[in-house]
Amino acid sequence: MKIYNGGKIFIGLLVFAVLAASPFIFNMGKSKTAEKPDIRIDTPEILKLEDKKCVAPREQMRATHMKVLDSWRDAVVRNDDRSPVLVSGRQYDKSLQNGCMKCHSNKEEFCDKCHAYVEVKPTCWECHIEPKEKKS
Amino acid sequence: MRILFSFIAVLALVLIAYAGVKTANLQFLFGVVVPYAAIALFICGFIYRVVKWGSSPVPFCIPTTRGQQKSLPWIAQNKLGNPSNTMEVIGRMFLEVFLFRSLFLNTKTEMTSSNRVVYGSEKFLWLASITFHYTFLIVLLRHTEFFVPTAPFFLDIIKSVDGFFEIGLPRLFLTGAVLLASTAYLFARRLYIPQVRYISLAADYFPLVLIIGIAITGMLMRYVYLTDLVSVKVLALGLLSFKPVIPEGIGPIFYVHLFLVSVLLAYFPLSKLMHMGGVFLSPTLNMANDSRMTRHINPWNYPVHVHTYEEYEDDFREKMIGAGIPVEKEGVVNGK
Repeated sequence: MKIYNGGKIFIGLLVFAVLAASPFIFNMGKSKTAEKPDIRIDTPEILKLEDKKCVAPREQMRATHMKVLDSWRDAVVRNDDRSPVLVSGRQYDKSLQNGCMKCHSNKEEFCDKCHAYVEVKPTCWECHIEPKEKKS
Repeated sequence: MRILFSFIAVLALVLIAYAGVKTANLQFLFGVVVPYAAIALFICGFIYRVVKWGSSPVPFCIPTTRGQQKSLPWIAQNKLGNPSNTMEVIGRMFLEVFLFRSLFLNTKTEMTSSNRVVYGSEKFLWLASITFHYTFLIVLLRHTEFFVPTAPFFLDIIKSVDGFFEIGLPRLFLTGAVLLASTAYLFARRLYIPQVRYISLAADYFPLVLIIGIAITGMLMRYVYLTDLVSVKVLALGLLSFKPVIPEGIGPIFYVHLFLVSVLLAYFPLSKLMHMGGVFLSPTLNMANDSRMTRHINPWNYPVHVHTYEEYEDDFREKMIGAGIPVEKEGVVNGK
């Protein structure tokens, strides 16, 4: 089989193959990155709890926690509704710093790990003041 | 029928993936086996098609000519419409590939009520095509956040421009909406323009419906049925580093989305989508109109045995002289 303009076609196909395989090429020899980031829920506040439950089940929180925060933001900032959320007999402030981070006080180990892993940059700390964590 | 077929086909694909994951727990099939097979088919099939085109000879010099060809020095040549050398061909190819120039210059033909044929400018096909192609590219580049361990430099720029208006949360990416709108327009166009509808086949509707399906499942997953992104990235990176894992907690909609993308990749080399490679191998676009300067030899030409006049005279010289017919080389016997 004769290929006409073989040189040019070869260069074109090479560019195609490299581009198409680039996700594989960038992942070569980086086996560790496939591991799930290990987030920590062992803050003193959480350790004090008897039943370690958040406002929603774990799976749901992993996928949709931003929606919860968004609805709280709307309720508090836009509708002036600061009434606490009641979930299975426990009260939670509709607040990032006084609600969520009362228990999850370890921003670096809890928030940042996953956000960095999936390249998400939430805008929380554009308004809120970033908590200063004690380096242990 | 052709339209219905495409809808039913895509719907069936959605249901296959949904049922496979939801009821039969075939996560490994839809999350690992099918994507690998699809990528292999895509790359090998693409190369096969291009090599096959490359092995087909081009018998004639057939560039499409749009404008004045290279002529006498005082006649202005339309260099990008009628290229006469490789640089001009590259210029024309660039405009075609990056700006879809031939679609931009496309005209429409219409019959007026008084039975007069009129020609007019028609830019919407070009607009929908170019927005569709570029938004699809940006959406693909945005997905690199799942493909590589550390984000490439362009990801932040793309995401901040794309989500500039900060509508909703997770914030709306404009390219997703524009992608859906332009594919919807391209589909509607095939339905509502009678001539276009007449020439449209299932092979025209199916890729459009499939891409619309991919866009819809992707947007549903981003804005409505949110899924755990960490698990998705674990799956993606596992696939791409050839250490596949199926993490817990990924909703069926992700597998539907992934399955539709896999079908698109596998279908790509079999279909009209090969224009991605084909545009470069199109003789009407990649040849220079230089047939007045260089002779285009048809590679198909069969080696014909030619009997020239010189050979003829050598064969019959004596008889020609005997019959009084003038010859070119007198006094030569048997060619010597």
